[in-house]
Amino acid sequence: MFEANHYPEEVNVALSDFLLRMADTSLVLGHRLSEWCGHGPILEQDIAMSNLALDLIGQARNWYQLAATQLGQGQSEDDLAYLRDAGQYRNLLLVELPNGDFGQTVLRQFFFDAYHFHYLQALTESGDENVANIAVKSLKEATYHLKWSSEWVIRLGDGTEESHRRMENALRELWEFTGELTTPNASDQLLTIMGLTPDLNLIRPLWEQEVQVVLAESTLEIPNRSWMQKGGKNGVHTEHLGFLLAEMQFLQRAYPNCEW
Amino acid sequence: MVAHPDLQTQFDLRVAEDQRIEPKDWMPEPYRRTLVRQISQHAHSEIVGMLPEGNWITRAPSLRRKAVLLAKVQDEAGHGLYLYSAAETLGTSREQMIDDLHSGKAKYSSIFNYPTLSWADMGAIGWLVDGAAIMNQVPLCRTSYGPYARAMVRICKEESFHQRQGYEIMMTLAKGSEAQRAMAQDALNRWWWPVLMMFGPKDDESPNTALSMQWKIKRFTNDELRQKFVDATVPQAEYLNLSIPDPDLKWNEARGHYDFGPINWDEFWEVVKGNGPCNRQRLEARRKAHEEGEWVREAAIAYAIKRKMKSEK
Repeated sequence: MFEANHYPEEVNVALSDFLLRMADTSLVLGHRLSEWCGHGPILEQDIAMSNLALDLIGQARNWYQLAATQLGQGQSEDDLAYLRDAGQYRNLLLVELPNGDFGQTVLRQFFFDAYHFHYLQALTESGDENVANIAVKSLKEATYHLKWSSEWVIRLGDGTEESHRRMENALRELWEFTGELTTPNASDQLLTIMGLTPDLNLIRPLWEQEVQVVLAESTLEIPNRSWMQKGGKNGVHTEHLGFLLAEMQFLQRAYPNCEW
Repeated sequence: MVAHPDLQTQFDLRVAEDQRIEPKDWMPEPYRRTLVRQISQHAHSEIVGMLPEGNWITRAPSLRRKAVLLAKVQDEAGHGLYLYSAAETLGTSREQMIDDLHSGKAKYSSIFNYPTLSWADMGAIGWLVDGAAIMNQVPLCRTSYGPYARAMVRICKEESFHQRQGYEIMMTLAKGSEAQRAMAQDALNRWWWPVLMMFGPKDDESPNTALSMQWKIKRFTNDELRQKFVDATVPQAEYLNLSIPDPDLKWNEARGHYDFGPINWDEFWEVVKGNGPCNRQRLEARRKAHEEGEWVREAAIAYAIKRKMKSEK
């Protein structure tokens, strides 16, 4: 599907790291959203969350296929998704957190979408045309996702007393996992120098702006804590990811080397 | 109350001439009641039916299978929506229908009270359960009530797609490793008889069939459809090289149909009464989703009212 681009070893390692992060992040969030299927609060929103999940799983497949191409070791998308353990997963911590109530799911989605939208937009200018192409395709979906999650954050934040209280709880739970979204690691720094990915430091103000506007309209206050959790990008996760993978990878692990 | 003779005659004539009855047309009360019962039962089956397959979305064995299964279960939610809308045209609200489901007053297809124990069940459900549903539903595309018939046209298109996907899962497993073949056979063993029960009681024990046939809500009897299904499915099982768990199953040259063994109707009625392996879990999952979603629905309404007041200022 993709033609591999040739880069110096060090750059290709960083690029693969980035591609796996994009893939893992989309897959893990898609997986979390798919847990809602059949259990949503409103039939229409059950369908909407499945839509988000399907988009993200589709995006994950594109990123995995490109990652496999750049890694050049003959792996398939499923090898990468199903046969790596938690320590090899590169997803952002935010997306592996359990769904919580609908409010927490919606807020997690909004924090992610606000980053994802601006990051993808900048990635459409990537010097690697494969990356740029996936970003263009994904951006259309992310635009809709951001609209959906912003609207729900506002609706629930400014809804009833109970919904407001639940959103405040969600904010307390999730806030410390947002720093990682726009904090570059060593791979990011190298890829930015090479013109392959945008500088995350330039994405941060865009994310903050988006969050300020939506939270203000939701009548929710931004927490004044500044300490942020990190680690997902480098394979150090929360305790939740292991369970998620145990469930997701069960068949591939129990019946190795099968066609499904 | 006796219906106005002209209205009744007009109605009977339209049904006899295969014309559609539409929401604003006069219709006899028992016709309306039968439709609400059948359509809402069908809608509930779609929604409850999301649960057994939903079980395996997080465990699907490849990214492609995961996406396909999720899309399929999402389609079922969509079918539930069209059907609730069709039933609402008869004057019963979605909320009322959902309450009736949760109180146990309304029924849904008994098949969804059986557990999904392995990945092969995703294949067996698509192949057999959706296959049986198609047998039941294709004639409903010509049912006399317009909104129901139109909803069924859309639903049947998607169902036949689901059936092919299910059969493809079975085919992959049947051609796979020994463990995968065993998984496929085990799924067929467990689903075969409950699927035959999906067509409902035998004709002489089906209280609703005669009137439904007269009103052209139903077009074929339960036994006719069951036979059609068996005849269509046996060659498909042979192609998979899997055996149907019925020692009495054999081709009857004189009838031009397969004969099959006796169905365990005691089991059928027990499951209908609520004693199937998963009846309680399925209803509990639906009630839980509804109860836990209440604050969301309230907030959405409260917000909409606030917005409206702001815009009117």
